[in-house]
Amino acid sequence: MSEQNNISCACEGGEPKAVETGGGTGKGVGRILVLQILAVAAWYALYLQLLPFSEWFAYGLLGLDPVSHLGSAVQFFVYDTPKVLMLLLLVVYGVGILRSFVTVNWTRSFLAGKRESAGNVLAALLGVVTPFCSCSAVPLFIGFMTAGIPLGVTFSFLIAAPMVNEIALVLLYGLLGWKIAALYFATGISIAVVAGWVMGRMRLEPYVEDWVREIRAGEATDEPHMTWKDRFTYALDSVRDIVGRVWKYVVLGIAVGAAIHGYVPEGELAGIMGSEAWWSVPLSVLLGIPMYTNAAGVIPVVEALLGKGAALGTTLAFMMSVIALSFPEMVILRKVLKPRLIAAFILVVGCGILIVGYLFNAII
Amino acid sequence: MKILVMGPGCPKCEQAEKNVRDAVAEAGIAADIQKVKDFQEIAKYGVFSTPAVVIDGEVKVVGKAPSKKDVLSWLK
Repeated sequence: MSEQNNISCACEGGEPKAVETGGGTGKGVGRILVLQILAVAAWYALYLQLLPFSEWFAYGLLGLDPVSHLGSAVQFFVYDTPKVLMLLLLVVYGVGILRSFVTVNWTRSFLAGKRESAGNVLAALLGVVTPFCSCSAVPLFIGFMTAGIPLGVTFSFLIAAPMVNEIALVLLYGLLGWKIAALYFATGISIAVVAGWVMGRMRLEPYVEDWVREIRAGEATDEPHMTWKDRFTYALDSVRDIVGRVWKYVVLGIAVGAAIHGYVPEGELAGIMGSEAWWSVPLSVLLGIPMYTNAAGVIPVVEALLGKGAALGTTLAFMMSVIALSFPEMVILRKVLKPRLIAAFILVVGCGILIVGYLFNAII
Repeated sequence: MKILVMGPGCPKCEQAEKNVRDAVAEAGIAADIQKVKDFQEIAKYGVFSTPAVVIDGEVKVVGKAPSKKDVLSWLK
């Protein structure tokens, strides 16, 4: 159980740097709150200026023609890059504060008393906000098992956690619009709930590795008490950590988007990934399994696929498969799960993704 | 003083270990720093999220790599 080399995981390179917070303990909170309100106001004022600025920059300063490909591509890039980055800053900060409450231990004890079905829904939703990285999947799995959380509920969490998160949602919203972001959220949660529930029905408990079932875990440790100031610091740390890691994907994604905006003729991929080819959905799911990246990394690809005329259902299926069904994560989970359970996991989640793919190809 | 750094070996866990070692070196204390990679061992401490740092049996941080400054404050 011990030899485990460096696992490449979706949360690589996280180096939270210490944030220097000076000053006293109690009275600082009020000042921080005021500063935050001012920061949000400034954020909003700046946000409103982005569109006029981008138009001035592309058409006024550079003198490009608004109807030309180059002009609209430049304007799109200059507008979207700060827009998405600013949204990311705000959302990651907010979720960071939320996350300082919803820790793994809190989620574990919260889910411990829940039945299935309701438990599946709660686990999937908590998967969105609980701090999780695939490196941590094994200790988390042990924690859930030893707390008596049903296997199916645990899987609802494990499916939702990497797949549906604030970064994916902000990027989808910023690059592809709120409809696709909402669609992704709803279908991702549904897959996690239903797949977890189905796995609960399949009586897979015997296929959890024996040593896991024999573990007598220690009492969960009390979390160190966090003051509001600690929570703000925690949120600020997560902004540095996450935005510092994700910004390059954002810029890349928008550059791809800008290029499509101006140049790429539509319909090139339509033959392969268009909605008329029935085998395109299973093919994208299969293609997605060996690929592994986090939600941020796959979105530029998704954007390019959609821009080139791939069908929405097929593209969503591909994205979900890349994130939720990844070979490296299976290797990590193999430490606690027997192969049959892993196979069941891939099969059930894969079917869920297939259904989503076909559904959206059919209705859109 | 006995310090356990828990985690299977992902980049964050290594960051945690490095910060702990740096802090111990800076504080100039003699401490026995061990890396715990065994999941059963980790679970015994009631730790379900990695990385985690345990000093003399007391869990100091769970689920994130502490900064050097954090570690220094625990060493006092």
